[in-house]
Amino acid sequence: MSEKYKTVEHERPFKYEEGDLNVTRGCAWTGPGCHLGCGVIMYTDQEGKFVKCEGDPEDPWTEGRLCMRCLDAPEVTNHEKRLLYPMKRAVEDRGKDKWERISWDEAYDLITEKFMDMKEKYGAESVVFAQGTGRDIAAYITRLAWSFGSPNYTGFLSGQACYLPRIAGMAATTGAPWIPDCAQQFPERYDHPDYEVPEVMFIWGNYPLKSNLEGFYGHWVIDLMKRGMKIVTVDPKVTWLATKSDLHLRVRPGTDAALALSMMDVIIKEDLYDHDFVDKWCYGFDELKARAAEFSPEKVAEITWVPADKIVAAARMLGKAKNSTLQWGVAVDMTREAMPAGQAILSLWEITGNMERPGGMVVAPEILSVAGGWGRELLGPEQEKKRIGIQDYPLYNFGFAVSQPDETVKTIETGVPYEIHGAWLQTTNPLACMGADPQRLYKALSKLDFIVVVDLFRTPTIEALADVVLPAQTFAERNGLAFISGAQRGSTINKIVDIGETKSDMQINLELGKRWNPDGWPWDNVDEMFTDMLEPTGMTFEELQAVAPAYQPIEYYRHEKGMLRSDGQPGFNTPTGRIELWSNFYSRAGLDPLPYFEEPEPGPGSTPELMDEYPLVMTSGARFWGMFHSEHRQIERMRHYRPWPLMEIHPETAAKYGIKDGDWVWMEGPLGRAKRKAKLTPIMDRRLVSCDHGWWFPEGDPEKFYDVFDLNINNTLPWIPGKSGFGSNYKSSICKIYKVEEGN
Amino acid sequence: MTKYGLLVDAQWCSGCHSCEIACQMEHGLPVGETGIKVVKIGPWPIGDEAEENWQFSYLPIPTKQCDTCASRRAKGKVPTCVQHCQSKCLEFGPVSELAESMDEKQKTMFVLN
Ligand code: SF4
Ligand code: SF4
Repeated sequence: MSEKYKTVEHERPFKYEEGDLNVTRGCAWTGPGCHLGCGVIMYTDQEGKFVKCEGDPEDPWTEGRLCMRCLDAPEVTNHEKRLLYPMKRAVEDRGKDKWERISWDEAYDLITEKFMDMKEKYGAESVVFAQGTGRDIAAYITRLAWSFGSPNYTGFLSGQACYLPRIAGMAATTGAPWIPDCAQQFPERYDHPDYEVPEVMFIWGNYPLKSNLEGFYGHWVIDLMKRGMKIVTVDPKVTWLATKSDLHLRVRPGTDAALALSMMDVIIKEDLYDHDFVDKWCYGFDELKARAAEFSPEKVAEITWVPADKIVAAARMLGKAKNSTLQWGVAVDMTREAMPAGQAILSLWEITGNMERPGGMVVAPEILSVAGGWGRELLGPEQEKKRIGIQDYPLYNFGFAVSQPDETVKTIETGVPYEIHGAWLQTTNPLACMGADPQRLYKALSKLDFIVVVDLFRTPTIEALADVVLPAQTFAERNGLAFISGAQRGSTINKIVDIGETKSDMQINLELGKRWNPDGWPWDNVDEMFTDMLEPTGMTFEELQAVAPAYQPIEYYRHEKGMLRSDGQPGFNTPTGRIELWSNFYSRAGLDPLPYFEEPEPGPGSTPELMDEYPLVMTSGARFWGMFHSEHRQIERMRHYRPWPLMEIHPETAAKYGIKDGDWVWMEGPLGRAKRKAKLTPIMDRRLVSCDHGWWFPEGDPEKFYDVFDLNINNTLPWIPGKSGFGSNYKSSICKIYKVEEGN
Repeated sequence: MTKYGLLVDAQWCSGCHSCEIACQMEHGLPVGETGIKVVKIGPWPIGDEAEENWQFSYLPIPTKQCDTCASRRAKGKVPTCVQHCQSKCLEFGPVSELAESMDEKQKTMFVLN
C-alpha cells in the first residue's frame, strides 16, 4: 500500500463469510445510476444470488447509511426484465418489436463491420459516441471513441446543461473545480483537526437530500446542521429543508444570476467583502463592482420574485459569516445563460474570501484525471479539429473534450460540415431523458445508418432506434474503479454475481477497442486495464480492492503554498494567477468577461406576448428519492412510492383551471406537451407549476416506445444553448394546463 | 425481559424512506409492507403564509411487523433501520436508557416489544 494515501481501518478483508452468506465490501457505482458511489456491503447466498445490499459502516462518507435505491439494488440486478443477451434488429424494423437474439461474437462482428465501413467511407467523425449523465463510463467511452478516431464524444443534452457549465466556468475563471467543504476529503471527516463547520451553507438550485449530486452525500447537510451550521435555501418551492432554513429565497426559475448579482451589490456597498483576499487573490474587482451596481435589490426583487429585504438579509448573512459554503446544483446549469449565472454565484464566495478556507469552498482533490476522458492522444490533432462545435464555442476546450450537443444534432440533420452516419449510445436513454425536443432528436437519429445501444433494460431509445443492443451490468456484477468527481478518493467496484450473458460497460469497450485499435487497448482483461490506470497511485487493482477507500492527504490554503499551479507559484491556475472576477478567457472567446443576467426565454420577462396563452411559469426535473433520472420505473419497490409522473401545483391555481388532485393533465408549452398527474400542494408558488422528468412506462407497449412521447416533459423544450454553447433552459419555461380528456 | 425502544429525533427525519426499505429487504417483506412506516405531517403554513412558519415534518412509526431485528442484533449489529437512517435520527436500546435522552420537543419513543 502506497504511503501516499490515507485509509480507514477495516475490521475484515473485503470478502468474508457470515454464516452461510458470502459478504463483499464494495462501492455502489453504477447502474443503477448515481453520482455518489457509497460504500456497500453485498451479500450472496449459497446459490450465488445477490440477496442483500447494506451500507458500509466503515465508509467515512456514509458511516453505514444508504438511500432506498441502493438498499433495493438486488431487485435491480435480479430483475426479470433485464437485458440478458445481445440482440439485433433489421434497420427497416426500427420501432418494431422484432428482436433477434445473437451471440456476443456475432454482435461484435456486425458492429465492427458497420463501424469500419462508416469510418472508411465517411471518416471516423461520422460516428457519434454518446453517454448519459456522469458515471464511471467517461474514461472508457472516450477511449473507445478516440481510439476509433471520432472526436464526437458527447451527451444528447442541450448546452451540456448539467454540471459541465459550472465545471467549465470554474476552470476558466479560477483554474480549478470547487466543492463545498463538508470534510469529505478527510477519512476522519468532521473530526479532522483543521476542519471547521461552516457558519452558513447556501443550498442553491438543488435538493441535495434527494439528489446526492457529484460526490456529495446529501445528508451531510443534516450532519452539519446538527453541528450548528445554519442554512439558506434558494428554491422556488417550500421544501422540508427550506422550512429549517434561516432564510428561504423563493427565486423564479432561471433568474439566479440576477439574484446573485444583487446580493453582490449589497455585499460590496455595505463593505462586507474580504478586502485582503480580494486585493491579494482576485482580478477585476472594480469591474465586477460596477456590474453588480446595476442590480439593486429593489429592481431584482421584481425580476426574481424574491423580496428586496430578503436579498439584503441573505447578502448580510453571507458577508458577515466567519466561513460560508455553497452547495449549488443543476438548476444553475439548466438555464440558457448558465455560465454567467454560475460565475455570479461563485463570485459571492470568492469576494467574501471563502475559497480554500476550512468550511468554505475547496478545490476538489483529484487522484486520477480520467473523468473528462482517457486516451485523448489516440485521437490526434487532425481528427480533434473536426470536433463539432469547437469553432463556434471555444469554451468547449475547457474541462471536457465533448462535442457541442446542439450543434451535433444540427450536424446530423443537415450533414454540415460533414455527414453523420452512426451512433454508439452507452448508459443513455436520450429519448426519455436529457434530450430536448425528443421528437426532433428521434427524427434526427432515425436518419443514421447504424445505431448501437448498451443498457441494462429495454428503453424507449432502444425500441425506437437501436439496431444492435448490448446488455450491460449493474455494480454487483462487475469490477471497476470508482474515482468519483467531487473530493476524489480511490474506491473499487467489486463483482459478486453473474447475470445472463451480460458484460460490464468497460469489458464491452475493451473488447471492441481491441478489435478496432489493438494498440490503444493493450490489456487482456479489465482488471489489468484498471491496474494500468492506477499507475499514478502506485497500487494495483487488487491492492486497492483490499484497502479502499484511499484518500489523498489534503490541506487548506493551497493557493498560498503554490499547490494549485503546475509551476509551483502561489496563486490560482489562471493567466493572471488570480481568481478572475473579470475573465480573460471569456474576453478572448468573445464573451462578456463579467457575469450578467438574461431573462429566461420563453418567460414573463422575455415573451410577455405569450403569457396570455401560456400563463404559468414551468419548471421540471423535480427529484424523487427512489428514482434516478429515467431509471427505476420498472423497479417495483421504488415505483410503489411514485407510481405516476407528477405536476405540483398550488391548490388555488389548480382551482382556477378546474383541476383536482389526482387529475391527469396536459402541460403544454409553445413547443409541445406532456402528461402529468396533478398534485395539489401549498408548497408551490401560485404562478408556478413543477414536474418530474425522465418518465416512460416500461409496462407499456414497446412499439409505442413505452408512451415516452406522451410523458417526456422535454417535449416542451427546444435545442437552444447559451452564447458560450453551455447552458439551456431545461428548468425555466412557460405552459398552460388542461385536463386530459377523451379526444385531446 | 428487557423492554426495547426506538427513539426518534423527529426534527431531523427527512422522509427519505431508507428505514422502510432497509426493513423490508432485511425481512423479505412484500412490496409496500414494512416494520417501520414513515408518515408525513403537512405541509401547511401555520397561520399567515407570509410568516413562513410551516408544519412540515415526518415521523417513522414501528409497526406490528417490527421484530426488533432480533437475528441481526444477535450478530452484534444494530437494527437495520437505525444503521441506514440517513439523518441518523433513530436510536435503539433498552427503554429505560433511551428515556433519559427524551429531552427535546419532537423526540418520540416507541416501545418495540
Ligand atoms: S428494528 Fe428492524 S424490524 Fe424493527 S422497524 Fe427497524 S428495521 Fe424493521
Ligand atoms: S431513514 Fe431516517 S431520515 Fe429517512 S425516513 Fe427513516 S427515520 Fe426518517
